[in-house]
Amino acid sequence: MPEFGFSIKKPRSENLDVTAKAKYEELARRVPSFKRCFQCGCCSATCSARQFTDYNIRRLHTMFRRGNTEGLAEELRKCMLCGKCVLVCPRGVNLRQLIINMRKMLEEEKK
Amino acid sequence: MKISIFPYSAFVIPFLVGVLLLLAICTYKYIHWISQFDEAQRTIIRHNWFSWKTIPALWEMFREGLVHFRILRKNIVLGIMHQSFALGWALLIVVGAIQSNRTIACFNHEQSIEQLNTLIEQDGWYSFDKDRRYLLTKRVTYDEAGHKIHLKYHRPFYAAIFYNYFIHKEPAMFKHSKQYADLMDGILLYIFLGLTLAFAKRIWSKSVGMRRTTSHNLFDRLAKLSLWLIFPLRLLSESITASMYQNGGFLTNAIGSLFNPDISGHLEWASWLCYSLALLVFFFSMPFTRYMHIFTELLLIWFRKIGVKESEQPTGYTKFELNACSRCGVCIQGCPLDKDLNNHRIQPVYLIRGLRNHNRPAKMSIIADNCLMCERCVEDCPVGIDISAIRRMTRNKGKLDSSGNYSYLTTPKPFNAIGRVVFFGGCMSHLTPGIPEAMMRIFEAAGQKYWYMDRDRSICCGRPLRQQGFRNQADDLKKKNTEMIINSGATMLVTSCPICYRSFKDEYDLGIPVMHHTEYIDILIRKGRISVGRDSRRVSYHDPCELGRGCGIYDQPRSVLNAVTTLQKTRNQREKSICCGFNMGNTVLSIEEQTTIRNDALRNLTERPVDAIATACPMCKKAFLHSTNEYPVQDIAEIVAANLIK
Repeated sequence: MPEFGFSIKKPRSENLDVTAKAKYEELARRVPSFKRCFQCGCCSATCSARQFTDYNIRRLHTMFRRGNTEGLAEELRKCMLCGKCVLVCPRGVNLRQLIINMRKMLEEEKK
Repeated sequence: MKISIFPYSAFVIPFLVGVLLLLAICTYKYIHWISQFDEAQRTIIRHNWFSWKTIPALWEMFREGLVHFRILRKNIVLGIMHQSFALGWALLIVVGAIQSNRTIACFNHEQSIEQLNTLIEQDGWYSFDKDRRYLLTKRVTYDEAGHKIHLKYHRPFYAAIFYNYFIHKEPAMFKHSKQYADLMDGILLYIFLGLTLAFAKRIWSKSVGMRRTTSHNLFDRLAKLSLWLIFPLRLLSESITASMYQNGGFLTNAIGSLFNPDISGHLEWASWLCYSLALLVFFFSMPFTRYMHIFTELLLIWFRKIGVKESEQPTGYTKFELNACSRCGVCIQGCPLDKDLNNHRIQPVYLIRGLRNHNRPAKMSIIADNCLMCERCVEDCPVGIDISAIRRMTRNKGKLDSSGNYSYLTTPKPFNAIGRVVFFGGCMSHLTPGIPEAMMRIFEAAGQKYWYMDRDRSICCGRPLRQQGFRNQADDLKKKNTEMIINSGATMLVTSCPICYRSFKDEYDLGIPVMHHTEYIDILIRKGRISVGRDSRRVSYHDPCELGRGCGIYDQPRSVLNAVTTLQKTRNQREKSICCGFNMGNTVLSIEEQTTIRNDALRNLTERPVDAIATACPMCKKAFLHSTNEYPVQDIAEIVAANLIK
């Protein structure tokens, strides 16, 4: 289990006007249900991988949404694709499709 | 003097060219594919190619290749249609060969001088009539006994195909010649029955009990047209010849009597040529269209029966499977995606066609990804193609599928579970805590020590990854789980999740018995290790795809439910069970589409009055739980646990 408690994170700012919005739009085109996400975090709460390590799927797709994809591909590889998040999601977001497509897009970007 | 007599006319050339092309292309393709078999498959072939397994293989080749037993059992009309083409045509060839063999043997035996006297010489060639039906090579060899003329009739193999053209009057010695002619007509009539059904299927598929037929591409349609033309042209040609010589069987003679013999004389050769051309077109198109299945299916059955299995990567065996698909469209009938979502573009028939035609990967991925992997089509496929394996190969994620992602899964100190049963709840059971709880109560009631392996942290079994084409990643998880289970020293593995169950059973090599909890509870009840009371409720049982079609566990859940409740039958049960729509195999369907499929499954379960719905899969339970407040949805373990007698 990850340790709980409080810590101070480095201040971070993102200018949403300059981040590549196109990436989010492309992802939302491929996974239409992603548009419905209201970032409640149920997916992270139920995640099997989360029980072992500091893997936070809500954080990851939020990062992608904001165009901040640094180190994302590496992190997404930890997913076991078990699908609990899909069943738990109150908004019916197809998270497995989302994860596969994020990985695909990040791979395509690399080329 | 010895005269060799060859039945010959120029119209046989297209047929001969067709046969040669067909043989050459097929031989090339088969040798090429066999050379692509992987090492494991080759070893199996080397060991088993001629063993006791050959006999059942030959039997199945006959049963499925000619009689089409499996389709007959599923849909009798469709079965007769396929059978009439395959068996009918084979009989036409075999009986034709016997008929021509007998006739020519009799000719050779008779050695009638009258025959020789009727010879007509024309442009240096000889013939019995002016139509030049026989090519005579005059080899003048005087035998020692004197100057006796010896006629030697030859029987080239096409004599069986064009028999009626060459033989107008059977020798008197061939006693049953009339019966043979009638038999040949009967067989032709039988093929016409199939042809009519095939036509009806194209016009209105419901008439043969199919909701939808395959939509074929241009090449398949042309090949089909040539196949459909072969038999009417044969009938026409034979009838025309029959009208000229007043012979033929009951059918050809009757039709021949409608023709004016004078006109027939002009049409005869042309119609036989058309028949021969239709054969050429069909034979030539065969290796490139769906009709390649005719020979490939036979070879596939043989390979499968001697133990060759699909590997995880495309091999030559996959080529055989792809080419054995006849695109009959049976897989479309049961598919929930077609039935409920009207998506009739992604079924195995189109997947296989796309792969055979080397369609673009982007196009293939749309087809390959959108499938529930409920294996209803695998169950229905009359050829028995391993569609799921082919789909997994197509989904292969290539570069994306990298191993070494799961280093964070630190294996804890091995748990000492010697003499215990390992209970593996599976990821989904964490969302339906009632199921593992019920299992623990059952274990305790049976006095069985157990180890709930994934109580706190669950490592996925890897099957969801494997189904999506992440083979290396799935293998990583498999390694972790295997290590944990083997190190624990447990004697048996019981799992609540059919997805995990199938994974442990088929993909893992644990060396201990693996059971689904329904099997385990069934044994406990039979052996009297737990005693259960009866529940007055009427229950309908939903067969989970992975447990039923996937692992063939149909009876144990039913036997448990019969012991505890009153089990209500449903219309689509066992092999025909409808997927709950939430199968892990699909990542493309939206929640709304999944719900539509689930509602269909739910309708099936509640058609007859029931008080509760039982299932044996946490995934299915979750799917139905979302949908209905009217009926309680319970896992079999929960029903049993509630009725335990302490």
